[in-house]
Amino acid sequence: MTEIWQGFVKAIELIVSLDPEVMDVAWRSLRISAASTILASLICIPIGGLIHFRSFRGKRILINIIQTFYSFPTVAIGLLVFLMISRAGPLGFLGILFTPTAMILGQMVLITPILLGLTISALSGVDKAIRDTSISLGATEFQAIWAIIKEARYAVMAAVTMGFGRAISEVGCALMVGGNIRGFTRIMTTAIALETTRGELELAIALGIILISLALIINVALNIIQQRYT
Amino acid sequence: MFLLEVANLSRKYGKKEVLKGIDLRVERGEVVALIGPTGAGKTTILRLLDLLDPPTAGKIYFAGEDVTHSPRLKLETRRRMALVFQKPVVFKASVHDNIAYALKVRGHNRRDISAKVSSMLNTVDLADYRNRNAQTLSGGEAQRVALARAMITQPEMLLLDEPTANLDPLSTSMIENLIQRFNREYATTIIMATHDMAQGQRLAHRIAVLMNGELMQIGKPGEIFSRPRNMKVAEFVGVENIIKGTISSNDGGVVTVDVDGNTIEGISDYRAGEEVSVCVRPEDITLALSRTSSSARNSFPARIKLIASSGPLVRVELGCGFPLVVLLTRRSAEEMGLQIGKDVYASFKATAAHIIGEAGV
Repeated sequence: MTEIWQGFVKAIELIVSLDPEVMDVAWRSLRISAASTILASLICIPIGGLIHFRSFRGKRILINIIQTFYSFPTVAIGLLVFLMISRAGPLGFLGILFTPTAMILGQMVLITPILLGLTISALSGVDKAIRDTSISLGATEFQAIWAIIKEARYAVMAAVTMGFGRAISEVGCALMVGGNIRGFTRIMTTAIALETTRGELELAIALGIILISLALIINVALNIIQQRYT
Repeated sequence: MFLLEVANLSRKYGKKEVLKGIDLRVERGEVVALIGPTGAGKTTILRLLDLLDPPTAGKIYFAGEDVTHSPRLKLETRRRMALVFQKPVVFKASVHDNIAYALKVRGHNRRDISAKVSSMLNTVDLADYRNRNAQTLSGGEAQRVALARAMITQPEMLLLDEPTANLDPLSTSMIENLIQRFNREYATTIIMATHDMAQGQRLAHRIAVLMNGELMQIGKPGEIFSRPRNMKVAEFVGVENIIKGTISSNDGGVVTVDVDGNTIEGISDYRAGEEVSVCVRPEDITLALSRTSSSARNSFPARIKLIASSGPLVRVELGCGFPLVVLLTRRSAEEMGLQIGKDVYASFKATAAHIIGEAGV
């Protein structure tokens, strides 16, 4: 018990003293997950808009499939991306295995279903009259989709936040395609996993505290936004 | 050339025929009111005209061009018209941004947008609301925003779907004034759906009666009210005196109709023996205390059953073998000393008796 308590005290010290190792890992985590969330959002929000806007055969089924992938195991995504970018894989020529780029790619794949699915359901909450109004006022298809996305902006923001939350908290994919290389691809989750097995509890606890605080801050911010504007 | 020409326009939803072979021509600058009960197809026809939904059959010509199914012309044509919905719809944005929307999607520059929106805000009397969140407006204010947003591009044709349904009387009259103003100042062609007959009369040059997806009758407001083509229209537009009878003779267009032993004269082509209904507008009937020698071909001794005032007018219900409703001014009612139970003579001209066949068309 004292060991855990000491680890906890030590962890607080590491955070308060802005320990270079802790900060480096935390900062890398943030950067990689932010990059993957932004890139995936740029792709998923317009596509989600298009899926919502158009009616086509199999739309219902497509949405069901997307929702099924919400909780797809991260290690399975890791394996998939690994196979794609390993030297023998179709994207092997890129030579990005065990780089932050690979981690960003992996996280993008991981959060795409959540972003797509939650964007579609966010847009479904918008009154159909908005679509008719913008079309009737002379909007093109993409202008109308944009108008609908703007109507649902807070719900879409919530979708993006959920995506970021999943990206920054996952460990399997980052470990498999990033390789947990110190100072290069080591992020909070992979570091916690490693340091815990090595018995370096204070470092693991410090990173754990930062990770949880981050999740808390994001959720509180999101709640404030939603309460104020919707 | 007509601005809008519609031929045999039909629309089905599943198996239900919502619109059946509508033919309609609208001239530039004209205001046409579509009236009809709920579910008659008014909203459907407006959505088809705005090219929001495709028709199942038929053609729409806008400014002489067939725009029914052309993807090329769709956006271009839509940008020459605008539709305001029954339920006021505003974007989650400021009043200014709402009104600016149509200009923005057309790629106007910021300065142009700002100038046009400012002038439009004054027109609809919402200048003080410029930066307000449009979602916090009342129903009437929101509908004015919707109208301003539709009119900002000065469309050639404005489609209005019951724009004043669910609004208070003050908001209604503001919206009506704006509609008239847009029609006068910009010569905007307006097609508006309404179930309020009086509104149709106030605003429209022509009224089209839509019932069960069919265009029953189209004509000047007075025509619809005094000469409804069939019983359905007569009942819908609220013709108060509909008297059923049988033609007993036709003498060169002047017919006599037998109504339970009483005889009404009118003008019609129906032949003897045919079952008809006689429509008489309450304001076309005059009352007198004694049988006068006027040119009115129809004069009946009657007894007053009910008197009710409505504003400057008095509505009198009579019994004279058949029920008859008469409208006259309060002053003449007072001068004649009308009261329930009093005996009077009710007269109307043969030309005031509009005769429609039982068959309906």
